Amino acid sequence: MGAQLRVYKRRIKSVTATKKITKAMEMIAASRVVKAQRKVQASTPYATELTRAVTAVATGANDKHALTTEAENPTRAAVLLLTSDRGLAGAFNSNAIKAAEQLIKKLEGEGKAVDIYVVGRRGVAHFNFRERKLADTWTGFTDEPTYADAKRIGEPLIEAIEKDTAEGGVDELHIVYTEFVSMMTQTAVEARLLPLSLDEVAKEAGESDTLRPLYDFEPSAEDVLDALLPRYVESRIYNALLQSSASKHAATRRAMKSATDNAGELITSLTRLANAARQAEITQEISEIVGGTAALADATAGSDK
Amino acid sequence: MAAELHVELVAADRSVWSGEATLVIARTTSGDIGVMPGHQPLLGVLESGPVTIRTSEGGTVVAAVHGGFLSFADDKLSLLAEIAELSDEIDTQRAERALERAKAGDDAAAERRAEVRLRAVAVR
Repeated sequence: MGAQLRVYKRRIKSVTATKKITKAMEMIAASRVVKAQRKVQASTPYATELTRAVTAVATGANDKHALTTEAENPTRAAVLLLTSDRGLAGAFNSNAIKAAEQLIKKLEGEGKAVDIYVVGRRGVAHFNFRERKLADTWTGFTDEPTYADAKRIGEPLIEAIEKDTAEGGVDELHIVYTEFVSMMTQTAVEARLLPLSLDEVAKEAGESDTLRPLYDFEPSAEDVLDALLPRYVESRIYNALLQSSASKHAATRRAMKSATDNAGELITSLTRLANAARQAEITQEISEIVGGTAALADATAGSDK
Repeated sequence: MAAELHVELVAADRSVWSGEATLVIARTTSGDIGVMPGHQPLLGVLESGPVTIRTSEGGTVVAAVHGGFLSFADDKLSLLAEIAELSDEIDTQRAERALERAKAGDDAAAERRAEVRLRAVAVR
């Protein structure tokens, strides 16, 4: 076998192995998207009921609560960024990071100091590489987040927002995550969790213009609100985590699909080249034999004379 | 007025139970409260404790609920809990083990959770 042909054969073999791997990853991601989507759906009833309750209390209770009123001049904001632990998901992480960077720049432009909280190894690595200070980070569960994870993330954030700004607390809480629109579309979005803007919450609950019942609060409106808002934040974070994980799997599936397709194309063109190399080799061998015979014939003819 | 109310018991990650009921007893931070059809709109903070639902078919559903809310309006009752388990989903032995572990480890919250689970099973 000629050297050229051997090189092609070896490359075809390695690309075929790669293709098998990417194909497997595509299948795994596809099954995980479905699972993640199911989890998003399973968490929806809780989120809707909670949103409805929050709207009811916040509009029913006339008193001002730290988590629903905007500070007169906010000076500090917290940004929670959700990324994934692993890459191989196309532009998934870089889109989320880019959206967060834009938000941070915007907030800083408004004269607010920004505390950055990051979920997922990719995001952490991004900020560590640039030697930016992170307020807190969480890693290791982005593929399959649980409610306990959301609770763990929510805890320091709620603590920060309840503290006075002078003591290192924050006035606003923003979240940046990747929304799962469909299998093909996932967009990085940013939202302000706190202070709560009631119009938006009401819109989410889909009942902005219906008349709300006059609730009796047990034990009291403030206590209910105090207990309700942290749960609301946690549930929003949980929902964002789930959407982000569904989006990550969808992005991985797409990236791996195109990798598999590319590998297939590469194999086709390499096979063509290998075939051509083999043909060239055979042609050369034939012409060598023919040439050899002719030379031999000439030599014998010469010796006859 | 309709003599039954619609109950939705939802945990953070799933819907646990939903159906029609005639009476729901839950524990709020200021004490046990019973909700019957026609109750005035109510929003309350739940304690860790068993929730008892008398269904309109005459059966009883008991669930262990840990932290959450109850909201009632228009004969619709929503019980939101971070964790909620129906009594027949609870593994008694596991709960007992968890209780022992919590007692040994001085984890008051875990101890309470395990106790509530066991109580929910006992009521069944």
